[in-house]
Formats: sequence, structure tokens, C-alpha cells
Amino acid sequence: MITENFLPVRVHVREEAEDFRRLSERFGAQWTPTILMLDPSGMERHRVEGFLPVEDFMGQLGLGLGRIHFSAGRFEEAERQFREVVTRHPNSDAAPEGLYWAGVSRYKRTNESTALEDTARAFQESYADTPWAKKASVWTKKST
Amino acid sequence: MEINWRRDADAAIEAAAAGSQPVLLDFSAAPM
Repeated sequence: MITENFLPVRVHVREEAEDFRRLSERFGAQWTPTILMLDPSGMERHRVEGFLPVEDFMGQLGLGLGRIHFSAGRFEEAERQFREVVTRHPNSDAAPEGLYWAGVSRYKRTNESTALEDTARAFQESYADTPWAKKASVWTKKST
Repeated sequence: MEINWRRDADAAIEAAAAGSQPVLLDFSAAPM
């Protein structure tokens, strides 16, 4: 997952002390571990601060890839990536966030409001007690 | 799986830009 999709770069607080000081200031990294996912232009698209178990961390990597696709306007790839987070890491904190952004990506690609309504409905069945479900609740289609 | 971390951060970030590749940038204090 990492080497297939990212160029992995490590800056160690002691081993690369000068780089660490300069780059941590540049990117606002104030704690270790802090892991940033940068798009090819060097812009931060996703951040993980603090340790995570492997399953959760892999989910966060998936979110980061999705955000990189999303920011580049590759909404189909972004949606695929976000849905993969949900299916591969369903018990991670990344899953509801992935479900939310999958819906947004689909909406950005199709401009169809059903993309958001379907997402709101999906949150009524899964991850209902998460902040992402609250955010999606505004998309619930009102019955008339 | 062993990850071959680049340690030359500036050069690596430049190389990623040249190759249109995303970067995973790890600020670490883990024992080496």
C-alpha cells in the first residue's frame, strides 16, 4: 500500500535534526509521529497525528489517497478509493469518513443530488453514531 | 513488509514532484 502509492520519506527528530526542525515548522508538525500525505506538488492533503493500530493506519492511508485524487479533480478514482476504505477497513475510524467522501466524490462527478441522499441513507444503516453521519444528515431527503 | 524510507527529504519531495508521485512524510522520534 505505502510503496505502491507513495514515495515514503522519514525525517527523524535526532537523525535528521536540522531537516526535522525546518520541515516540522514548514508543515506545522508539532508532535511525533505526525504523518502527512502530500500531493505531487507538495501540498498537504491528509494528516495523521499520533500512533494508530495497523488497521486504522491503513484506513487513513486510503483516505489520504482519496483526498489526493479528489483535490486533483479525479472524482471517479477518489470515490473508488474512499469506498475501498469502507470495504477493506470497515471497523476503523476511517470508514465513516470514507463513506462521507465517497458520496461527495460521486456528487462532484455526477452533480446529482441522489449521490448525497443515498449517502445520508447509508449513514442511517451504518456508522449512525459518528460525526460523519451528523454531517451527512443535512442531505436527508425530506418526505413531502 | 520493509519500507525503504527516503531520508533526504528535500530531494525526495522534489523527485516526487518530478515524477507526479504523492509523498508520505513521516515525522518520527521512534528509536532507530
